[in-house]
Amino acid sequence: MSEPITGITTPIRMEYRYTPGTATSLFLRAMKEGRFEGRRCPSCQKVYFPPRGGCSMCGVEFAESVPLKNTGTIATYTVVNVNFANRTVDLPYVVAEVKFDGADVTTSLLLKGVGVDEVRQGMRVEAKWIPEDEWDFSLANISHVEALDEPDAPLESYKDAI
Amino acid sequence: MRDVAIVSFAQHSQRREDSRNEIEILLPVIRDALAPIGLKTQDMGFTVSGSTDYLAGQAFAFVSALDAVGPWPPISESHVEMDGAFALYEAWVRLQHGDIDTALVYSFGKSSPGDVGRVLALQLEPYLLGPLWPDAVSLAALQARALLDSGKATEKDFARVVARSRRNARSNPFAQLQGDVDEAALLEEPLYADPFRLHDLPPVTDGAACIILAAGDRARELSDNPVWIKGIDHRIDLQAPGSRDLTVSPSTKLAAEKVGIPADVDLAEIHAPFSSQELILIEALGLDESKTAINPSGGALAANAVMVAGLQRFGEAFNRIQAGDGKNAVVHATGGPCLQQNLVAVLEAGK
Amino acid sequence: MSEEVLSAPHIMEFPYTRSTGPVVGAFLTGLRDQKVLGYQASDGRVMCPPPEFDAGTNAPVDAAGLVEVGAEGVVTSWSWNPVPRDGNPFDRPFAWALVKLDGADSSILHALDADRGAISTGMRVKVRWAEERVGFINDIACFEPA
Ligand SMILES: [Zn+2]
Repeated sequence: MSEPITGITTPIRMEYRYTPGTATSLFLRAMKEGRFEGRRCPSCQKVYFPPRGGCSMCGVEFAESVPLKNTGTIATYTVVNVNFANRTVDLPYVVAEVKFDGADVTTSLLLKGVGVDEVRQGMRVEAKWIPEDEWDFSLANISHVEALDEPDAPLESYKDAI
Repeated sequence: MRDVAIVSFAQHSQRREDSRNEIEILLPVIRDALAPIGLKTQDMGFTVSGSTDYLAGQAFAFVSALDAVGPWPPISESHVEMDGAFALYEAWVRLQHGDIDTALVYSFGKSSPGDVGRVLALQLEPYLLGPLWPDAVSLAALQARALLDSGKATEKDFARVVARSRRNARSNPFAQLQGDVDEAALLEEPLYADPFRLHDLPPVTDGAACIILAAGDRARELSDNPVWIKGIDHRIDLQAPGSRDLTVSPSTKLAAEKVGIPADVDLAEIHAPFSSQELILIEALGLDESKTAINPSGGALAANAVMVAGLQRFGEAFNRIQAGDGKNAVVHATGGPCLQQNLVAVLEAGK
Repeated sequence: MSEEVLSAPHIMEFPYTRSTGPVVGAFLTGLRDQKVLGYQASDGRVMCPPPEFDAGTNAPVDAAGLVEVGAEGVVTSWSWNPVPRDGNPFDRPFAWALVKLDGADSSILHALDADRGAISTGMRVKVRWAEERVGFINDIACFEPA
């Protein structure tokens, strides 16, 4: 072939040994044991779940661990109609931003058992765990959330998390 | 030009930060920089950081690192994918606009999770250089060989630079490599990345640094002994190492001319991760080693938190001027392969 | 903290596809056809590899005006890489070399296949072409002693 070259591919591959940091490690250890554990900001008292480095509003390290419940409220959600690579969930599906009871921020989780026409803000949900013998240091221990048979939570209870 | 001064500095660096993530390393550093001047993030007119996400492989790590300054209510901020010294340059330019009086500059880098030599290959031109994956040590070694071949320096000069760094670093609590070493003994060590011996390379370091700048009277209010930036400039050379004379640093020389380095400059903090580079930079900056203390902190050969080490040079010079070790200083920071980009500044004590 | 630090392998991959533009495209097309091209700059020097812009005038380089340089040249600097990495031309310790090809005034970087003790600045080397050439920098497999 003698066509002029107009493009090339230059793949890159980088290998790291990732360490999650103090706050996230505590969260991951709790997940391994089947517990939800958030971290409280000593300045504004907000509870982060999952926690990362520190309070993103105050710029301070977290102080205490806060056990959280397995239940929460859908603060907002999106309906996914286009799959991305390696995702095998049937379309369409709902990704919900769940504010777990006792937390002040939301966590993105798959919602199952609720039609895309039925999902709404304020809907009460419960986390469903994968089998205990598969628990790891991972948020993936939660396979999804399912709706609870409860009245919707008032907007006031979750509006600050949106 | 508005007069701009450094009014505070804090840093942390060590070999390997396993237990803390970048935000957790930064939080106390930023707090330590703000504490002496009694201000909060929200009091800053501008905030700017320098870092690279490839170091730890976390896409948009610079965004999450903003958590460390507590950016709420929203602040005016920016980021450069370069050493924090170049972020400081942006802050200095921003202060020249005249509408704000303070700026916070920070940088962070965890080199330990990955292979930093390989990470730095990602800054190369991606068509003809990048696909070969030449690491940062190999490229700097090509430069060192060129310097030796030119007759401008010998291996003994490399060893002298290393010994001075180790000796000076004894007083630096953030240095990883320090001590009294014998130059002759250094030369007896085997070649590693020929012509480099292992000690000609910088250590792998995790760290963070924060500097607070203030303009004019605001600087005088915030500090009893601000350290003034009398000049600052940065320049760049051709990207392809094979297109340059690697034994000289024209961009450093030009930046130094623009800044105007005083003949009686007391100390110099030079960002030279490799021993050979310090020799090239001393020449380009026109420094006389008998009159100017070179890298009293030990420099990047003693601790080399990538993306932080240049900003640390500003901080180390600031600390020494505040401590009365000198009235003025030259600060240098670099980026890119084989000293491609170079920043030069002059700092001076004064009211 | 007495507890062991949590850590996990983290692999990041990006399959970047790049347009070469006219100059790099012409250079890579040349490599595929076993020709090395350079650019005669406004100062008279021949730059190989060719830049996309003239460093003296900032004018775009005209790919049609590139000139062929030799496939042999001299080592202008070299270093030893004791830690071969994924993507390097060799998977054993090897030398990097800057090579000024005959007819060029700047140097090109590539690996040099020679024993460390046999390498010196100024030595004559030549391109070892890859058997299969696709229009990529690795169409030059490496340099070898001439
Ligand atoms: Zn807070």
